[in-house]
Amino acid sequence: METPNLKYIKKISEGDLDFEESLLNIITEEFPKEYATFIEKFNNKDYEESANNVHKIKHKISLLGLEKGLALASVFEKDLKNGNTELYQDFINVLHKIHVYLEDY
Amino acid sequence: MNCLIIDDDAAARLIIRQLCKNTELIVKEEFSSAIEAIKFLNSNSIDVAFLDIHMPTFSGFDFMKTLKNPPKVILTTSDKNHALEAFEFDCVIDYLLKPIGVDRFQKAIAKLSNVSSEKLNTKETEVQKENKDFIFANVDKRLVKINIPEILLIEAKGDYISIKTEKKSFIVHATLKKIEEKLPSDIFLRIHRSYIINTSEIIDIEDNSVLIQKYVIPISRSHKPALIKKLNLL
Repeated sequence: METPNLKYIKKISEGDLDFEESLLNIITEEFPKEYATFIEKFNNKDYEESANNVHKIKHKISLLGLEKGLALASVFEKDLKNGNTELYQDFINVLHKIHVYLEDY
Repeated sequence: MNCLIIDDDAAARLIIRQLCKNTELIVKEEFSSAIEAIKFLNSNSIDVAFLDIHMPTFSGFDFMKTLKNPPKVILTTSDKNHALEAFEFDCVIDYLLKPIGVDRFQKAIAKLSNVSSEKLNTKETEVQKENKDFIFANVDKRLVKINIPEILLIEAKGDYISIKTEKKSFIVHATLKKIEEKLPSDIFLRIHRSYIINTSEIIDIEDNSVLIQKYVIPISRSHKPALIKKLNLL
């Protein structure tokens, strides 16, 4: 099972710790808000807007090295635009993993 | 080269800024909204924009459609489904999928450099071509345009030269050497210390003279081999 990691961030930082810190600050600050907005829109059955939220969260999933999570989010984003919510729980599982991981920062 | 980063995602903007550090690119400005970027471009010029496609209210595609002369664009997106549409825009150099890797970013910059130098070369060739067709000469305090293909010959007259065309002759304060540098060497040839001729206008050559329209021009011994070499002899 894949877990969030800093491989990508470390690779592009090339040892620039200020950059790593700035990027992680953005992620830790924005992710909880985006997560909450997604839940809210989804519960309101606003799937079009939920798809936009998924799109935004997708980038953070990729930054934290979750390749399978990224693939799932891409499909879920498309599904939501068609009103298909089948992958909701799987997507929530990915978000939960990130949430737990970021709590350490 | 100056660049602009346009992305509603702060993390994405920071990453591109970081990736630019190892290149010749200078990040001039970054915007979270394409509309703000358009306002900036109304009074500033840049070489390339890193442009996110998926942005709320005003997308990257809207940005490119709105600008009359958009800068070169490297699209950045999490969605590979837009690639076909993206390359319909002439300004699009590359299409980067997020998360953007270092190597892939470098490849896009190399592409950008190639396109820039190709464009520069084309521009230079066009300028050369444009300049090849005519010269401007100072005649009686006026800059007169003289079409190069219409020049039959140029004769040195002390500190002046006489440029003879089919319709007119122009007396210009210049040297043969100076005008020789401006003329295409595949057509014009010095055949005497006092004469340059348009070889495509030669009617005939007899001993040591050339006939061009009504003009008989002497050929010096030292210049004759070059003239003979230029002729399409049977």
